[in-house]
Amino acid sequence: MAVVPKFVGERIKRREDPRLITGQATYVDDLKLVGMLSMVVVRSPHAHARLKAVRLDKARRAPGVVAVLSAEEIEGQIGTLPCGAPATHVPVHPVLAKGKVRFVGEPVAVVVADSVYRAQDAAELVEVDYEPLPAVIDMEKALSPGAPLVHEEFGTNLCHKVETPTAPFEEAALKADKVIEFRLVNQRLIPTPMEPRAAAAKWDAGMGQLTLWSSTQIPHMLRSLLCGMLQLGESKMRVIAPEVGGGFGCKLNVYPEEALVGYLARKLNRPVKWAGRRREDMAATTHGRDHVTYVKIAAKRDGTVLGVHGHFICGMGAYLHLLTPLVPGLSTLMMTGCYKIGAASFTEEMVFTNKMATDAYRGAGRPEATYMIERVMDMVASEFGLDPAEVRRKNFIPKDAFPYTTATGLVYDSGNYEPALDKALALADYRKLRAEQAAARKQGRYIGIGVSTYVEICGIGPSAILPMGRGWESGTVRVEPDCKITVLTGSSPHGQGEETSFAQLAADAFGINIDDVTVIHGDTAIVQYGIGTFGSRTLALGGAALMMSVEKVQAKMRKIASTMMEVPPEQLVFHQGTIALASDHSKAIPMAQVVEAAYGYKQPIAGVEPGLTETSFYEPVNCTYPFGTHIAVVEVDVATGQVKFLRYVAVDDCGRVINPLLVEGQVQGGIAQSIGQALYEEAVYDEQSGQLLSGTLMDYALPKADVLPHFELAGTVTPSPHNPLGVKGIGEAGTIGATPCVVNAVVDALAPFGIRHLDMPLKPEKIWRAVKAAQAKA
Amino acid sequence: MYPGAFEYHRADSVAQALSLLGRFGEQAKLLAGGQSLLPMMKLRLAEPRHLIDIGGIAGLDAINEQGGRIRIGALARHDAVASSDLLRRRLPLLAECAAEIGDLQVRNMGTLGGSLVHADPGADYPAAVLALEGEIVVEGPGGRRTLKAEQFFLDLMTTALKPAEMLVEVNFAPLSARTGGAYVKHRQPASGFALVGVAAVVGLNQGGAVERCRVGVTGLAAAPFRALAVEQALTGKTPDARSLADAASHAADGKDALSDIHASADFRAELARVHTQRALEKAVERAR
Repeated sequence: MAVVPKFVGERIKRREDPRLITGQATYVDDLKLVGMLSMVVVRSPHAHARLKAVRLDKARRAPGVVAVLSAEEIEGQIGTLPCGAPATHVPVHPVLAKGKVRFVGEPVAVVVADSVYRAQDAAELVEVDYEPLPAVIDMEKALSPGAPLVHEEFGTNLCHKVETPTAPFEEAALKADKVIEFRLVNQRLIPTPMEPRAAAAKWDAGMGQLTLWSSTQIPHMLRSLLCGMLQLGESKMRVIAPEVGGGFGCKLNVYPEEALVGYLARKLNRPVKWAGRRREDMAATTHGRDHVTYVKIAAKRDGTVLGVHGHFICGMGAYLHLLTPLVPGLSTLMMTGCYKIGAASFTEEMVFTNKMATDAYRGAGRPEATYMIERVMDMVASEFGLDPAEVRRKNFIPKDAFPYTTATGLVYDSGNYEPALDKALALADYRKLRAEQAAARKQGRYIGIGVSTYVEICGIGPSAILPMGRGWESGTVRVEPDCKITVLTGSSPHGQGEETSFAQLAADAFGINIDDVTVIHGDTAIVQYGIGTFGSRTLALGGAALMMSVEKVQAKMRKIASTMMEVPPEQLVFHQGTIALASDHSKAIPMAQVVEAAYGYKQPIAGVEPGLTETSFYEPVNCTYPFGTHIAVVEVDVATGQVKFLRYVAVDDCGRVINPLLVEGQVQGGIAQSIGQALYEEAVYDEQSGQLLSGTLMDYALPKADVLPHFELAGTVTPSPHNPLGVKGIGEAGTIGATPCVVNAVVDALAPFGIRHLDMPLKPEKIWRAVKAAQAKA
Repeated sequence: MYPGAFEYHRADSVAQALSLLGRFGEQAKLLAGGQSLLPMMKLRLAEPRHLIDIGGIAGLDAINEQGGRIRIGALARHDAVASSDLLRRRLPLLAECAAEIGDLQVRNMGTLGGSLVHADPGADYPAAVLALEGEIVVEGPGGRRTLKAEQFFLDLMTTALKPAEMLVEVNFAPLSARTGGAYVKHRQPASGFALVGVAAVVGLNQGGAVERCRVGVTGLAAAPFRALAVEQALTGKTPDARSLADAASHAADGKDALSDIHASADFRAELARVHTQRALEKAVERAR
């Protein structure tokens, strides 16, 4: 018999890819149901305006139109959109604008017709009388007296404010050689997954049941939230996340269109589909980041950072989506990074503006924190003429200090930061790079070397820290009558590759081939309640739940085998498709024989029920804290401001690695998105009109393959001590570690001009202007 | 992404296309590669009632040398121009320019004629066609007429093409000996269009001085233009770092530079100067 190989730790190609790259996957927009109608959304062209009248008559008379609705028609029938995190002022968030519109792209009416073309034609016949109001776009201006109010009823644009005592920082400042102050901007970004949002629904009148398809990261949570909005019992709604073409956090939410297609399918008793176009997706899907931070650092001449204080001003947009006011809190929690900084304090102001709401975007809060503290480290190095890598080393939390409680109250589970730094420095040949940099400068070439050492939060849980107290995850293992294994995960992977990694785990546990394992997710009627895929939690939590169920099923199978083999169950192991004696693998019975006994229950076994299905719910004790060091080498053409990558080295430590290929994929994608933020991407709203000027892919610059460096990747392994798999998570690390790394590299390249800081995105013009200004001064 | 209703017509010949164009007038648009028109229709920025597909007209994509001129049919795809042996040998600047357009998908579909008549201010081709002193052949109800490239581009997305006419060919004199050309651009990172693109042609005499200098600039202003001040400044000079820099400093002279979220007018003007210098340097190097 062929030997079954081990899968965990191997570079197994993604099993999801063949169907994705041969066009055999089904996305929401691929659904074609009999009698299906198309919904098109009429959106506000104004950032801020009073809604005087919405006239639907002409649209209703257009050919093929089945229904046209505005807020009036759905009054009292669809609940408001939920915000799952506390805030002082939580505005009413209707699915269709009522009284006022507050951002460009806000839904005002919907048109349902027998084809999407006719729905679009009719949408142009909806007549809306707007009375434009002054818009408030800039966050800091929004806080100034006399600024237009996004929500008059609050009397302020300040949504929420958190302040911690500043005494520890002030004390640290007294001991410091210098207090450095600077302002930095974490610009607003548009997540832009490959597949825009989409939703479809079908009402089964006979069963009184709604099926809702959505391009979502959280099918079960979405069901709970939509059931609340549509006044349906949870057992009367089935949510299916079919193939989901990326999310990056923006599909970790509930949106007006999901509620509207659900409502309309039931009301019209016909299937209804809405597939967002790129432009509306960019305008009306949650954005990310949007922070301005005023930083103070108390530092000693030797590079020791004694304290940090941040005044964070965080853009909420016009409304609060599911986690909008929660994300900034992750920034303040992580503001000390991987450093032993005794004093940390902050003021955090969350602000309403006439823009789309922000919410989780790959990294959610941690990129902002990491960007701040990693810019701080470079500021300290440059202030005192120290090497930036050594300043970091000096401030690292020492490896014997774990679990380590930060000044902000987090407990980092494990860490060993120096080996990752050393490995990256060695890979990059850091000293030689510095020598090359010095030589290049003499020739008038501007090479910059950027270092960032990060720590972040993965495996987001436990339940106490998540909205609705749902921070756990579920997993079911079913050994089928044919001895194949089905894994049902409550997570909802949408690009991360858990159909592969979970199958690797299950295959090894049973000693079977990976092809004999099927991983199912994303359907609330099939899969037990779960939480979803976000916060780099799927492997750490979903994987742990899966392994709990593996153990339960195996315990049962051992019991059955024990009676068949007449040996105690604790002496049995799973080996090469058999259940064998641990001490002698040749004494074995095929797994299939045990499975047959469990299903063909002819001879009842004492204390063993028939069947082989087990479900588990894993509640973590803490988050996990992966870390790493990134090094970027860039060359800046100071005549044009163009930045070119020469090298990119990343050493990431995400604990135990199940599939190195998946880890590398996540790191590469994450770095690409970081490079996007550092150099290219920015949601630009016109300061006066509030129009989204970067609202298409012709104007919003995503980094493409031709601008990305060759990634030189490596890792260290520091397992999480509390996670059953020892894993930590890697979904967001690239996006967290790389952004400051790239900015540090560009600023380092410009050091000869006396430039100490530039705000992202580092567009050529910004660099050119800074250099020009520096040259004029000199 | 859902265009308004339109009627589709397929033209098998230039005559048929012109006849359809005559019949439907301003309600009609010609469809070639569709790389600009279709996105505009999907966004409903353009809503032609009649779409006349000229993509299947036989022979209109030919690239050949005839009567001492290199002739390129209106339907020649960007990728065909970029990879044409004839052009790479005889008119390498044009091939180099075509290779810089958009991405592979765009280059596989987009056409030379389509790009020129659309006249996007950031289009790459016009710079090269201007620097190479191309002649643009258009056909209308009254027959054919030939326009110099300089006469063709009038303003933002506006050309000298009349509503009932279509562009059928662009032709060029091959570059003579001791002449080099180069196209240098600063890409708008989202769209790939030229924030500024500069095409330069430099011919040297036996003594090594500049005998001929032609510079086409795109992206900077509402319409692409010949940078005459640059050309004049360099002609007769021996090309060296100083003379090239001096000449390039005139690249934006007298032009109202565009300004948008990607680059201000100042920066565009600076890019025009820097890239003019770089294009001239390359062209000189190739001429030698």
